[in-house]
Amino acid sequence: MTGLRRYHAPVWDEPLVMELSREGRRGLVFPQAEPEVRRRVGDAAELVPASARRVDPPALPELSEPDVLRHYLHLAQETLGMMGISLFGTCTMKYNPRLSEALAVRPELAQLHPTQDEDTLQGVLELVHGLDRILCALSGMDRFVFQAGGGAHAAYTFACVARAWLADRGELGQRDEVITTIQAHPCNAATAAAAGFKVVTLMLGEDGYAPVDALRAAVSDRTAALMVNNPDDMGIYNPHIDAWVEIVHDAGGLCFYDHANFNGVMGKVRARDLGFDACMYMLHKTFGAPKGGGGPAVGAFGCTAELEPFLPAPVVVRRDDRFVLDDDRPRSIGKVREFWGNVPQVVKAYAWSRAMGADGIHEASDLSVLANNYMDKRLAEIPGIERSNPQIAAPRLEMTRWGFGRLQQETGIGVVDVANRLADYGIDGPWLSHEPWLVPEPITPEAGEMWSKEDLDYWIDALAQVVREAYEDPELVRTAPHNQVVHKLADRPVDEPDVWATTWRAYLRKQRSAATA
Amino acid sequence: MRSTAHPYMANSVAEIKQEMLDAIGVERVDDLFAQIPAKHRLRHALDLPPALVSEVELSRHLRDALARNETCEQNLSFLGAGCWQHHVPAVCDEVVQRSEFVTPVWGTPASDYGRNQAWFEFCSQLGELLELDFVGLPVYSWGCAAGHAIRMAARLTARHRVLVPQSLDPERLAVIRTFCEPTATASHIDVTRVAYDPRSGRLDLDDLAAKLSHDVAAVYVETPTYLGQIEADVAAAVELAHEHGAEAVVGVDPISLGVLAPPGAYGADIAVGSVQPLGVHMSCGGGVGGFIASRDEERYAHEYPTLNLSLTDTVVPGERGFTIALFHQTSYGSREEGNDWTGNSTYLWSIAAAAYMSLLGPEGFRELGELILQRSRYAASLLDELDGVRVRWPDGFFKEFVVTFDGAAVADVNRALRTHRIFGGKDLSRDFPELGQSALYCVTEVHTAADIERLAGALEEVLS
Repeated sequence: MTGLRRYHAPVWDEPLVMELSREGRRGLVFPQAEPEVRRRVGDAAELVPASARRVDPPALPELSEPDVLRHYLHLAQETLGMMGISLFGTCTMKYNPRLSEALAVRPELAQLHPTQDEDTLQGVLELVHGLDRILCALSGMDRFVFQAGGGAHAAYTFACVARAWLADRGELGQRDEVITTIQAHPCNAATAAAAGFKVVTLMLGEDGYAPVDALRAAVSDRTAALMVNNPDDMGIYNPHIDAWVEIVHDAGGLCFYDHANFNGVMGKVRARDLGFDACMYMLHKTFGAPKGGGGPAVGAFGCTAELEPFLPAPVVVRRDDRFVLDDDRPRSIGKVREFWGNVPQVVKAYAWSRAMGADGIHEASDLSVLANNYMDKRLAEIPGIERSNPQIAAPRLEMTRWGFGRLQQETGIGVVDVANRLADYGIDGPWLSHEPWLVPEPITPEAGEMWSKEDLDYWIDALAQVVREAYEDPELVRTAPHNQVVHKLADRPVDEPDVWATTWRAYLRKQRSAATA
Repeated sequence: MRSTAHPYMANSVAEIKQEMLDAIGVERVDDLFAQIPAKHRLRHALDLPPALVSEVELSRHLRDALARNETCEQNLSFLGAGCWQHHVPAVCDEVVQRSEFVTPVWGTPASDYGRNQAWFEFCSQLGELLELDFVGLPVYSWGCAAGHAIRMAARLTARHRVLVPQSLDPERLAVIRTFCEPTATASHIDVTRVAYDPRSGRLDLDDLAAKLSHDVAAVYVETPTYLGQIEADVAAAVELAHEHGAEAVVGVDPISLGVLAPPGAYGADIAVGSVQPLGVHMSCGGGVGGFIASRDEERYAHEYPTLNLSLTDTVVPGERGFTIALFHQTSYGSREEGNDWTGNSTYLWSIAAAAYMSLLGPEGFRELGELILQRSRYAASLLDELDGVRVRWPDGFFKEFVVTFDGAAVADVNRALRTHRIFGGKDLSRDFPELGQSALYCVTEVHTAADIERLAGALEEVLS
């Protein structure tokens, strides 16, 4: 056992900003309109039709500027993020280079309007086009677009492109089924449904992936598309994926590769080489742009030349030495989001790709798979935790799902308790599993290429310590965290309408009515 | 292969890799990829541009490229149309660049506590601006928020038609059409346009009444409209919707709500809008984000596709915590049975917006709203006096207004303005042919009287 750190989260007992208000204080003042403006247009209130004026001022807090700053700095300090160690599987926690963050707030990026004349956007268009070319090289696809605001949104973009492709062939309506697997990210099933498709979900077989025969039985003249991850979140690679693509193509459907788990196969496999028609990458995960707690994000969507006419418009293209926003695309699906992409995140992904280069990207996938297998070796020595698909001996790719089923049986301590206790050692909660939980009490750490061997050892040492505590003093784990900003949540039914409160005004109202009840 | 370790990868040192291989008990890293059949493996080198491993070189390369842009700081810009140039307080920039807010995902309720509180403060303060009690965590954009809200209404009413204004932003309309699905899908929602009154630019209530029927799921209106007009009779539109059993979905610009009535005050069922004006840079459109809010009623709450953060208690009396309410109804909880889908969105911007709203407070929003009203009116008034220029609806607007050129094409005017280092208003001529050669001009608190006079002078010269 190496020494675990005597970590303790900062505790500020920070009130809500609404509770810090003192009438009359100001955090930002605006100038008065100039005398010539006032002379000409008169009183502002008169410029609003009487029926449309606000009567009661909004009950916003009143604070000085430094008090607002200090309040949010306190809240920042009360957030662990990657200050500690975060091996949040499926999210590929890696370094977000601060050069990119610094560039993103410069006016050359921050003070651009998306409808400026193309002549005034040549620099940023060049970088967007540059990333398009890089992603095409990594995937074998012909064109990438960046309009989708996240990975799920890119899956939705695919479902919309599939709709347009089917409509173009006169098959929309008839081909109304999208096939996915129970281990594919839920967004594939959900976005297919939101785009109007029925969802067919294949269950896993003994090998850890759905059997080829199950897919053969599922396809028909109603098949619109296949939407699938590979490897899955358990680190299992489906070696028949090329056969899958062939089966779906033979049935007349399209194939979409959800490359959420790209980190272990970067530079190793290419979606197009496996026959896929489209794929997506998450720039806020694999390509070094930050998570931001849940965006701003980008799901980069790429496809073959056959599907290119259906892409959301506009598309950044190069014409001679000039970059243009091509929106003359009559067969386009239209738009999935306003404008043409989350440009700063695209620039960050471009910057990351250039900082890595081909060798660096290869090495990153090598290191992430090496790190995961290093962790697997050590985790296997910890009691109470079991590897998913224990029958499969082959090394996993960039992450492995483990389960605390035995620990729970033997100690009553489940994975949520373990995560709460890990936070006491400066380790942010790891990913458990998407629904449904196929492995009891699941945990899915992903090492990625950033974390050092020492970090990984610390993470495993801390986990081993928590497991030891679970066997020796389960109450310590059950009541965790103890060194955190706050304690564990009460078992309160927030799904009840008289309890949930997504705003302070709702909370106060419900408190009042509970008090009078 | 490089012999030098890569700065982003702590284990890119030959000895460390060897230690890890030894611990695993394999000889080569490649042995770890045994699951991937050889025929799946890429056989040729990746064709990527050369690496710029040194930050010194990378920084230079990126700055050289970005320097080829012309910005709305170097130029005087009057572009708005869904992405607006507002002042971003320095405190907002400082807060959203904090590593703790930049790097988290979903940890535990305790280790995410500060960030969750900031998110809750976003929802709470936005709720005060809107006078609505239920606010979801943000979605990708205003258009996406409107699309989700319309689908909520379709589920609530089991109807498949939405009425939207003819004056709607073509960008937002395109997004809404995507959400409403093509006619060939069973769950298609028909999008019917409601005319605007050519004299006022406001929704034509007679046309709305004529198009309303008992198959309409939602009436979607915006105030101010895309073309800038304040909908003085928005309450009447809401009432008409309700008379027909339709949901009233209202799109608002939150920055207007210090001076304009909030949707909660006139009976809107669901409010949507953009987060970007509240302390987020334009960033070439990358700053957009959307919100969905409603009255805190079970029927609405159960239709949200968003993650919904609730205040709750910890096991220690008097101590607060935050947790996700109604998780089971999201796609994370129920896959295709959930409401639409949810995923990574624009949550960091909600922290910028939380700081922004607490910096402004009620007085700040009033001052800002009044300043925008006065400055934009001043601009409209000066431009309307120019020969060959007409302001289409010279009163009753907020922030944006339509300028019509008689005898000149907007594209030519804007090209000529660029030589004056001015970005003219958004060209409307393609999307709104009925308005002729018109442009949408946006004037905010960043535009001084002198800026506006410079625009008027330049336009006079350009048009002479």
